[in-house]
Amino acid sequence: MLEFNNVTKRYADGTPAVKNLNLKIDKGEFVCFIGPSGCGKTTTMKMVNRLIDITEGDIRFDDKSINDQDPVELRRSIGYVIQQIGLMPHMTIKENIVLVGTLLKWSKEKKDQRARELLELVDLPEEYLDKYPHELSGGQQQRIGVLRALASNPPLILMDEPFGALDPITRDSLQEEFKKLQKELHKTIVFVTHDMDEALKLADRVVIMRDGEIVQADTPDEILRNPANEFVEEFLGKDRLIQGRPDVTTVGQIMEGCPVTVQTGTTLKEAISVMRDKHVDSLLVVDMDNTLQGFIDIESINLNYKKANHVEEVMEANIFSVAEESLLRDTVHKILRRGVKYVPVVNDAQQLTGIVTRATLANLVYDTIWGDGMELEEAAATAE
Amino acid sequence: MMEFLAENGNELLVKTGEHLYISLVAMALGVIVAVPLGVMLSRIPKVADRLISFVGILQTIPSLAILAFFIPIVGIGKFPAIIALFIYSLLPILRNTYIGIRDVDQGVIEAGKGMGMNNLQAIIKMELPLAMPVIMAGIRLSTVYLIGWAALAAFIGGGGLGDFIFDGLNLYKPSLILAGTVPATILAVIADRSLAAVESKLTPDGLKDSYEAA
Ligand SMILES: Nc1ncnc2c1ncn2[C@@H]1O[C@H](COP(=O)(O)OP(=O)(O)OP(=O)(O)O)[C@@H](O)[C@H]1O
Ligand SMILES: [Mg+2]
Repeated sequence: MLEFNNVTKRYADGTPAVKNLNLKIDKGEFVCFIGPSGCGKTTTMKMVNRLIDITEGDIRFDDKSINDQDPVELRRSIGYVIQQIGLMPHMTIKENIVLVGTLLKWSKEKKDQRARELLELVDLPEEYLDKYPHELSGGQQQRIGVLRALASNPPLILMDEPFGALDPITRDSLQEEFKKLQKELHKTIVFVTHDMDEALKLADRVVIMRDGEIVQADTPDEILRNPANEFVEEFLGKDRLIQGRPDVTTVGQIMEGCPVTVQTGTTLKEAISVMRDKHVDSLLVVDMDNTLQGFIDIESINLNYKKANHVEEVMEANIFSVAEESLLRDTVHKILRRGVKYVPVVNDAQQLTGIVTRATLANLVYDTIWGDGMELEEAAATAE
Repeated sequence: MMEFLAENGNELLVKTGEHLYISLVAMALGVIVAVPLGVMLSRIPKVADRLISFVGILQTIPSLAILAFFIPIVGIGKFPAIIALFIYSLLPILRNTYIGIRDVDQGVIEAGKGMGMNNLQAIIKMELPLAMPVIMAGIRLSTVYLIGWAALAAFIGGGGLGDFIFDGLNLYKPSLILAGTVPATILAVIADRSLAAVESKLTPDGLKDSYEAA
């Protein structure tokens, strides 16, 4: 759909704004460019619709080099939303929305109809068609800016920080709205942003740039899971990495070591004193090799105290355990769904290595929400 | 007063007409030349700033000197008067057109280009309408000046209300001087008012409100 082949841009003053950029964007893909100010995002985008000339390399749009196409025609076939919104202050909202239609000489009926259709997409009442841009709020203007880019139904839309100038709440709702819209419209979208949350939320693929070069181009999941280098990590921020972690953390990284156990052959009497000493109401039963056998709890001991002597006689052998390498995300669901208080963790040989309790999960959630990742990182470090 | 009107009324009308004619033709020529030139200059900002300050220097040459300078080249009469006034009208219109277009919101321009406006469409649909208030201010200013300066046209035989003024000066007749200056002033005021009306017609609706609000 859109292909950058060794694209380089040097401005007249010698500034290399984009260096040897290679990227392939598929049809229907939503790609976010993100990076620090001045890293060449806008330059990259404007080269696509030839508002800026390419110094070296080639950009192909639908398998045709953009340099072989008339720039005016090309721009009419690519939607463009700029950061400053850029509505024509002297035109009504209707005229603004169907500006491309005017340039393409659509009939009045067609323009009227298209304007109404589009306005419906963003739930603005029809009266707005005859208003002027300055009569609209910033968020409303931005919506119109997006509609304008959609007017001629272009397969590709370029958006340069379209929600940058909005307050967080309006931005959030516009993002939601836009994401919904994108699901319906299936456009290919190239989206520039400063805001990592926005990128992670909207994009199929995030392209992280620095100094005119691509540092990493991957799905949001993959970027959170495997940041290419320190720059990406720093750019993501520690908080986000922790938040991203439940997705990729294994049980082994967060489990607590040394669960309270008893060996097979222990008498019930001894087991009870262990419970009392450790203030627990159930014990994991292991054999000599530390292989998990089952568990006993205070209730079953109580019921069988008279009849039995050893723990293996009363223990429940049918015990739910998880492997060290299983994903925390899945384990959390299981724990919550089964309503169990804890889950023993075993290695490949079924040997007990740790335990995940509801308290462990509570700590994890606490760290994620309040951002103090100390325990988490320590656990991760020891696990490594 | 009535006496004077009875005696010179006819001539006063003719002279006023002449005066108006000279000024308006010069102004029209000025608009026809300076507005497109200003648009062109906005495409080459580096040259534009230099050119405009150069024209500014020309402007400081006293009008009488310019008029005198023109006599050997184009002779005397209405035509040279109009040419001289036309040159004077250029600067304010040129400068305002250039500044008006230069100061159009770059975001709007970029959006227009990005939507696929070609150069001509950008100028006609976007830049001129948006710069209109500034351009019109230049035209109004220059018209008021021209009506004043047109009095000097009499000096090179261009006619107009200046004839009264010069006669009055030569003959020490204050009433003649007044007969020249008062109608010229009234003309200037009327011209300014009517151009204001034209301006509000030409200014796009969407801009009017925002100007009021601003
Ligand atoms: N017209 C220009 N002439 C010279 N240098 C330019 C020009 N436009 C941009 N640059 C430089 O090129 C580099 C990339 O600019 P660009 O606008 O693409 O950055 P950006 O990633 O969009 O930044 P931001 O996030 O601030 O919008 C910057 O160093 C900038 O100073
Ligand atoms: Mg930018």
